[in-house]
Amino acid sequence: MTDFSAPAHAPFRLSMLIYDRRYRSMTFQVVVFILVMALAWWLINNTVRNLAVLGKDFNFGFLFQRAGYDIPQTPIPYSSDDTHLRAALVGVLNTLIVSILGCIAATVVGVIAGVARLSNNWLIARLMTVYVEIFRNIPLLLWILVILAIFTETLPPPNAYRGDDPAASMILFDSVALTNRYTAIPTLAMTNDPGGLDLGAQIVISWATVAFAVVLIGGWFARRGVQNHAQAVQDATGRRPATWWKSLAVMTVPSLLLIWFFGLHLEYPELRGFNFAGGLNVQNALVVLWLALTLYTGAFIAEIVRAGILAVSKGQSEAAFALGLRPRRTMSLVILPQALRVIIPPLISQYLNLTKNSSLAIAVGYMDLRGTLGGTTLNQTGRELESIVLMMLIYLVLCLLISAGMNLFNARVKLKER
Amino acid sequence: MSEIHAHTVSFVRDSMLPPAPPPEKEAGVVKWMRANLFSGPVNTALTVIGVMIVWFLVSHFWDWFAHSVWHADSLGECRRIIAETWGEDARGACFGVIRERWNQYIFGFYPPHLYWRPTMAFGLMFVALTPMLFAESRQIRRVVLVVTAIVTLWAMVALNAPAGWLVFAAVVLIGGLALSEIRPSSLLVFSLLYPFLGVWWLWGGSLWGPIFVLVGPLLGWLAFRIIGRFSSILASIALIVVPVLFWIFLAGDAARDAENLLSLSITPVSSDRFGGFLLSITIGVAGIALSLPLGIILALARRSDMFLVKSLAVVFIEFIRGVPLISLLFVASLLLNYFLPPGVTFDIILRVIIMVTLFSAAYMAEVIRGGLAALPRGQYEAADALGLDYWKAQRLIVLPQALKISIPGIVSTFIGMFKDTTLVVFVGLYDPLKAMSDAVRANIAWKGIYWEPFIFVGAIFFIICFGMSRYSMYLERRLARDHR
Repeated sequence: MTDFSAPAHAPFRLSMLIYDRRYRSMTFQVVVFILVMALAWWLINNTVRNLAVLGKDFNFGFLFQRAGYDIPQTPIPYSSDDTHLRAALVGVLNTLIVSILGCIAATVVGVIAGVARLSNNWLIARLMTVYVEIFRNIPLLLWILVILAIFTETLPPPNAYRGDDPAASMILFDSVALTNRYTAIPTLAMTNDPGGLDLGAQIVISWATVAFAVVLIGGWFARRGVQNHAQAVQDATGRRPATWWKSLAVMTVPSLLLIWFFGLHLEYPELRGFNFAGGLNVQNALVVLWLALTLYTGAFIAEIVRAGILAVSKGQSEAAFALGLRPRRTMSLVILPQALRVIIPPLISQYLNLTKNSSLAIAVGYMDLRGTLGGTTLNQTGRELESIVLMMLIYLVLCLLISAGMNLFNARVKLKER
Repeated sequence: MSEIHAHTVSFVRDSMLPPAPPPEKEAGVVKWMRANLFSGPVNTALTVIGVMIVWFLVSHFWDWFAHSVWHADSLGECRRIIAETWGEDARGACFGVIRERWNQYIFGFYPPHLYWRPTMAFGLMFVALTPMLFAESRQIRRVVLVVTAIVTLWAMVALNAPAGWLVFAAVVLIGGLALSEIRPSSLLVFSLLYPFLGVWWLWGGSLWGPIFVLVGPLLGWLAFRIIGRFSSILASIALIVVPVLFWIFLAGDAARDAENLLSLSITPVSSDRFGGFLLSITIGVAGIALSLPLGIILALARRSDMFLVKSLAVVFIEFIRGVPLISLLFVASLLLNYFLPPGVTFDIILRVIIMVTLFSAAYMAEVIRGGLAALPRGQYEAADALGLDYWKAQRLIVLPQALKISIPGIVSTFIGMFKDTTLVVFVGLYDPLKAMSDAVRANIAWKGIYWEPFIFVGAIFFIICFGMSRYSMYLERRLARDHR
């Protein structure tokens, strides 16, 4: 093929930098590079000058100073004598707690609402449409404030549960008490506490947790072993041995043994004096934020699930029936894999949105990362630059980790295409 | 045969029977209910659950709504009226707060005698949007503009707008209607001028400022034409450099001198007086208008062959998408002072608009990138085969189709951004949701009022966002070119 662009031996002219396609992209990139570097230099230079004017410097030493403020309800031991770094760590853990709880609950709500919206039942389908449209079209902040107002304005104080004829009663078979200050829920307790594994920095992981983790992971591998064995037998003889009871056994029996061994049981909250004790008193900030994030994100997930199911064409299930697959097998082998392919990528971004939206904890006073590092620490030390930069970096890392993990999962369920 | 039959049978029908009505169970409401509510045990159970949910909601909230009080000066008076009318134990909604304070929820602390200015700006926005949003259907254009004209003029009269501005608004609205009947594209001139006029109407001050901002590109274009005779490289550089230099060194003084010569000034209103939906819509509209072009550029940059451009776009997009909007707003309110030269500072609303724009532009870029990726390769190859250069190919072939594919995503990004404008409360601005309600509750008369403001503000948000999503569905149908 003949090359119609300028011949190589033509003398180089300056205008060729723009008009010759061989050089143009290089020229453009150099110009962009220079502009970006100039902008970066300008910003850094301004920052350095501003810091000098204010008599501040840029260092993260403040992270190792005493924090001096309390955080209600921390997942790891924390007191006001600990450092700002530990307060930030508590914040990260609190962010993770509300995000993970929110993601799980929002998925449940979203799947139920999305499937129900496609139901043949006119009433349920309409109700779910109303739910989805109302929650999707009104800001999350309003839902947080509404639920907060419901909790603080309409729920009874803990002492309303007192007396022989109390003004309020516990819900869910007397296991949960909703009050205007906290929500008392049952907690797990052990009669034979094996102690814990000290990870240093006062972070202790109970041996029971370790044992359960080992048993569950081991059970999962054992189940795969059972399945592989069944597959091998089927390949060799053509008959597949029944596996369900073996799978069930390896998955549950060791856990049940552990429960019996450690004496694991639920401890229910009960009123002692003016407050509930025995169970876990979850601060309402967490409950409110969790509920609002769940309902709001659930509406979005419902739409994703609905779109995913609608995206599988009717011909697919008809073809599966024509092949003689039973409805359940059709669902698990034909419809679900194809629907998941459509559902999972937007689901990942909803999980990320939920994690980022958890920074609205500021509206309820829940001490997440924004509340500790980007809030009290920032105000006490006056180091806006360091605090906010660090906070953004941590959020960035969290989001990248979540999306990396979910992308791995996506790669596994994705249909293998040529 | 019939004759034989007639002899053996005593009666033979010689006309057709009219069709009998279907059985009771298979017609009308009963059939519909049997099909849609009680088609099986599961469905029946679901119906029962649904009815219980509806009953729960109605029984809990109906009496509250039914006992609404609209004429009251305080929560205490509301309670008194409710107790007098419906008995001591009755509870009821006190929408008197909306009646008394609606202006704060809409306009924030904007001076009341100037309410007509944002109202006019909002009404004329529809004239500016006409050539873009309702370009194709003459009927919709007509309906939108007539309704806008009537509502805007009525509202301006109700808000005591000066006669001169009333005439101006009427001329623009009726002129816009007339132009849109003849040549809708000519309205694009007004669309271009609108951002400058809108800013002037909202913030007031001298008109010379916006005029000289507009003069910058004009000078650049002049320089481009003059220098272009000698060297086109220098001309392209001048096209960018001349306006920037003009803005930095000349525009401010020129505007001041011109103002001294001929005053074109209306009452200035500072940013801290903005609040309520005025603030939300200002930030939302500015963010929408700015983030779409920025998002397109970012999406194209991310798909570019140039390594450096591509990596910069990836880093920018992933960084913005990885942090919450709140942290970017904190950057706007706390850190921007560090990044600007000492002593330089600018308006907090403008800072927030910039951050919101950057935030939604990153999401927009990903949505549009999806559209670009969904376009069949043949379209790109066809553009190349026609000998179009990069920008022509993008403008004429690729982007019109890619943007059409991404309309649902683009509009839901807009909706998300409009909802996110409520977060400005955390950097000290008066959003309609939290800050305005707190301000209203700070008054002793309305202390402890929660639900009514939430319902009012939520309803307005719902109407706007739901309207936007319905509009995107209409747009999708209108732009559909495949015949299915």
